[in-house]
Amino acid sequence: MFPQTRTSVVGDLGSADPAARAAAYDALARSYWQPVYAYIRLRRRRTPEEAQDLTQDFFTRVLEREYLSGYDPSRARFRTFVRTCLDGFLANADQSAARLKRGGGFLIDRVDFARFDADFAAHARCDEPDPERWLQREWVRALFAGAVDQLRTVCDERGHARAFLLFARYDLDADGNGPRDTYAALAVEMGLPVTTVTNELAWARRVFRTVVLDRLRGVCTSDAEFRAEARDLLGIDPP
Amino acid sequence: MTPSPHRWISDAAITRLRRLEDWPDFTGTRYEIDEVIGRGGMGIVFRGRDRALDREVAIKVTSLATADDAARLRAEARTLARLEHPGIVAVHDVGQLADGRVFAVMRLVRGARLDACAPALTLADRLRLFDRMCEAVAFAHARGVVHGDLTPANIMVGAHGDLLVVDWGLARRSNSEFVNSQLHNFTTPKQLPTTNEIASESRVAELGVAELGRGTEGYRAPEPGGGPRADVYALGAILRDLLPSPRTRAMRPLDSVVRRATAADPGRRYPGAAELAEDVRHFVDGAAVAAHRESVAEQAVRLARAYRTPIGLVLAYLAMRSLLLYWQ
Repeated sequence: MFPQTRTSVVGDLGSADPAARAAAYDALARSYWQPVYAYIRLRRRRTPEEAQDLTQDFFTRVLEREYLSGYDPSRARFRTFVRTCLDGFLANADQSAARLKRGGGFLIDRVDFARFDADFAAHARCDEPDPERWLQREWVRALFAGAVDQLRTVCDERGHARAFLLFARYDLDADGNGPRDTYAALAVEMGLPVTTVTNELAWARRVFRTVVLDRLRGVCTSDAEFRAEARDLLGIDPP
Repeated sequence: MTPSPHRWISDAAITRLRRLEDWPDFTGTRYEIDEVIGRGGMGIVFRGRDRALDREVAIKVTSLATADDAARLRAEARTLARLEHPGIVAVHDVGQLADGRVFAVMRLVRGARLDACAPALTLADRLRLFDRMCEAVAFAHARGVVHGDLTPANIMVGAHGDLLVVDWGLARRSNSEFVNSQLHNFTTPKQLPTTNEIASESRVAELGVAELGRGTEGYRAPEPGGGPRADVYALGAILRDLLPSPRTRAMRPLDSVVRRATAADPGRRYPGAAELAEDVRHFVDGAAVAAHRESVAEQAVRLARAYRTPIGLVLAYLAMRSLLLYWQ
């Protein structure tokens, strides 16, 4: 019913198999490029063009194992390590304006950059003084955004498009201002029985949670870390 | 493919998505939930509706579908069911969701937490509420139930000054006491609790023994274990919070009450909530407070205040007599 669990991306970073390693870096970049880009844009106050180049360069460095090969899970969370690497990379980039020559591996689409930048310019805030927490928040946003996209795909594939629409209306439209619609109001609006709204929402949430946990497991180095992250992120003990 | 209406996920939506697990599915029950109104170590409390009776209720749901959490919530519900008192939140129903989590349906308490509403009250009103609080706790003690986590956050005050002691999640009876009482209460073989029921409650009692004494920092008695005197300690700490600061000289007896209720040695505390409440009532009535050794001057002032009407009448009478004698 649910997507298959992926293996640990972080664990594969040190794989002897070049193909597994490249796949791990690719997955890592897909998971982290948005918070890294947002970090460079907002906290380092770079223009969109500069931030795009620096983001791409950072992940090219990562692919070349100049940074993340030194990660020790016992010393810090992977996110903390990524931020430390990013700060080091940006300090070096400040001293040398030279850009790396692009090689193979993960390339961030300019269209994706542009799309993300439009949302980012409209909504992002630099209201968290602690860069660690700020990056954590943006990482969660990227994780959830990816999970929402995957949920939409799963809903379409399995004929549950209505479940996604309900999920989007009820759980994603939250803006924190004023009371939200009740199930009953949503049922009237969409011409459905309340029980259908309840059931479809419950199904969509279960799938969403599974997708999030799957993605989370992929960027954790151990089962203990995964469980700690799941408790921190969703407040649950995963099965 | 369904068009994506969302690209940027707001902070509010992130908060909500992180707590999706909290949102239980009540399909197939007579209840529906509306919003989260509280969280605790064991679960989440929702404002909901009982469709069958068309009334608002509070629904407490365990966070996880574990046997221990389920046993705890069922035990809390059964404890509350035994405590029918206007100062103790009433439980209406208990059940299990399709995902295995247990829920308890309780009276929806409308009002404010004691710590939120106390600053706007006079000392007399605060002491009146404290008296009701003690009465409810004493009622539970009389039935062998210890709250175990009394704090201002667990005391709700209604719009009409009514008071409710809530969150009996750590309330426990002793293991043997429970089993004996169950066996004593049921007289025919048909009504005897099953071994599983006893085992389940015994497990809860074991959990309870481990949890007793956890309580909340600042209101938790220093001794391990627990018991009625641990609740007395918590009530003393709550009374300390209710007293204005700085204190006037007239409030010294109340300080003595607080000191006695929160004594490090349980043996030096009031034996129960009823005795604590009685001593506070002595202060309100102008009588001698058992916990306070008053000086002669304090005694004179107290008696003068307590008997100011008759003393005033006597003084007025004497003044009139003096005037009459003077004119004659």
